Amino acid sequence: MLSSLLATTPRPVAPEPSVQLRGLNHWYGSGSNRRQVIQGVDLTINPGEVVLLTGPSGCGKTTLLTLVGALRQVMEGSVRVFGLELKGSTRGQRQQLRRSIGMIFQGHNLLRCLSAEQNVQMGADLLPDLGYRARRDLAREWLRAVGLEDHLGKLPHDLSGGQKQRVAIARALAAQPRLLLADEPTAALDSRTGREVVDLLKGLARNQDCAVLMVTHDPRILDIADRVVRMEDGQLIDGGDGERLWGAHRLADTGRESAEG
Amino acid sequence: MSGFWQRRRIPLAWLLLTRQPARLAVALAGIAFAGILMFMQLGFRDGLFDASVTVHKLFDADLVLMSPRTMSSIGMAGFPRRRLVQVLADPAVRGTTPVHWNLMLWRNPETRRTRSILTIGFEPGDPLFSDPSLAAKAHVLNQQGRVLFDERSRPEFGPIASWFRQGRTVETEVAGKRVRVAGLVALGPSFGADGNMLTSRETFLRLMPNTPPGSIELGLIRLRNGSDPLQVAERLRRMLPDDVSVYTKQGFEEFEKNYWRSSTAIGFIFTLGAAMGFIVGCVIVYQILYSDVSDHLPEYATLMAMGYRLINLLGVVAREGLLLAVLGYLPAWVAGQGLYALVRHGTKLPVYMNNERSLLVFVLILAMCMGSAAMAMRKLADADPAEIF
Repeated sequence: MLSSLLATTPRPVAPEPSVQLRGLNHWYGSGSNRRQVIQGVDLTINPGEVVLLTGPSGCGKTTLLTLVGALRQVMEGSVRVFGLELKGSTRGQRQQLRRSIGMIFQGHNLLRCLSAEQNVQMGADLLPDLGYRARRDLAREWLRAVGLEDHLGKLPHDLSGGQKQRVAIARALAAQPRLLLADEPTAALDSRTGREVVDLLKGLARNQDCAVLMVTHDPRILDIADRVVRMEDGQLIDGGDGERLWGAHRLADTGRESAEG
Repeated sequence: MSGFWQRRRIPLAWLLLTRQPARLAVALAGIAFAGILMFMQLGFRDGLFDASVTVHKLFDADLVLMSPRTMSSIGMAGFPRRRLVQVLADPAVRGTTPVHWNLMLWRNPETRRTRSILTIGFEPGDPLFSDPSLAAKAHVLNQQGRVLFDERSRPEFGPIASWFRQGRTVETEVAGKRVRVAGLVALGPSFGADGNMLTSRETFLRLMPNTPPGSIELGLIRLRNGSDPLQVAERLRRMLPDDVSVYTKQGFEEFEKNYWRSSTAIGFIFTLGAAMGFIVGCVIVYQILYSDVSDHLPEYATLMAMGYRLINLLGVVAREGLLLAVLGYLPAWVAGQGLYALVRHGTKLPVYMNNERSLLVFVLILAMCMGSAAMAMRKLADADPAEIF
């Protein structure tokens, strides 16, 4: 099932990085109230790469996601996503770019008036050249892929937290993104479902060259990462472009340590 | 058609509206209330104006001659009767009927109180009204001092119709002279007259002896089949001197309505009432849509984060406005029908639902909903997709 979904639209390997951050700075407020949240971040994410972003609360992870997701104006430095420089970009360019980016929010943000199937179809509706039935079928396929084939017609308030999260994931994936940004996607899931979901994301990255940037504190899923980036006080202290060798063997160690701790 | 089905999207506007049925019901009740208010105000206004031509509509005429000095049916001036003879020269003219028209004082035979009654005098052998049943009754007017009383006249004229049906001899005074009711007709009160009676030209002149000889107030002209009233009216205007004006039947009715429109505050008052309904509706719909957009702001922000354009979301709000307009209009129209029937029964005013008013109120409700939706859309600018992470 999953393999058939992932094989539906093979993408050519992009010659350029999916995400490239250079000297990125961001702050909130002004004057004496100014608070720097991102400081000189350099980061490159290639197509098909899974990057996990960790760090303590308030260190700037979510702000970084919103900047990469073209949800905020870039203040200083460079953010290039699929070659488009976001600093100075127009609202229309950012909006168009967001169609290529799947976002999984911590709070699900499902539309309360729509069923699980319709919520996912809202993602599929962004795909050009697909008829209504094809979009609906695609939505059903993705819901099946996240194990919710028996919950197609249920409204969000009839779903558990974990089920809502899976619907949100299916919605993000139904739009066939080239970049996936996820904020704690497994936080509300049990270990088995969490594992299934991250395997799904990993498969997406591998089969469709979709870059994945995922904020997580979940040590159980560190093994899926190609790279773990650690952030503190707005700076990347591990795994940034200066430390590309932070490899899988070290990830496994980190995962083991976290699990033991 | 298949293209449409392929392109169709999830009916988000409908689903957003129906998610909270209680709120939707309140919104529709508010819109329907505003619609009913507009229907009633516009209905009263048009009904009152239509009532001013109750008798005008009944005349069997394609064209009507009047004095240019006539201001309205309550102040008819005379013109020479021979103008009607002149118009017979036009080959399109089939026949004419000279009509006397004046308000006279009728004495209620029961209370002895007097009240103005519209008195129409004509030759009993001439066609006057389109309704053929009148012709059968008109012969009784050949006898001097006989009148046909309008049974739809207001009750202040006395229980004339019931007395007559009981077989009683109904006599009273009109303009200080004795008349006898020789029959009943059904015409209806108008703006300028609470009651009507028909009589012969001879009786009319006896009741109004000061009427200048050879002078009449109205000249009814009937045209041959296939004639164009507008063209004939134009020919007659060129042919006749300035002491007479030529109107089509519709122009004759409009002339009367215009008098009441321009010389009374009725139009202003009821139009203002309809405007108040419009404003009340705007406030209600705006409140509903604004709170709806506010409640769904995180969801709209999510859609923007997913890549939906602001114009897509504005379209959702606009469709919500359109749905509210259609759903609110239907009960307003149905209730309007019922209330019009109630008004007709209670006041005898000719208040009917017509296509023009139905369309006008729908357009007003649509404007109300879409205008409110446009104002509520400004709230969408607050939807910040960055805030949802």
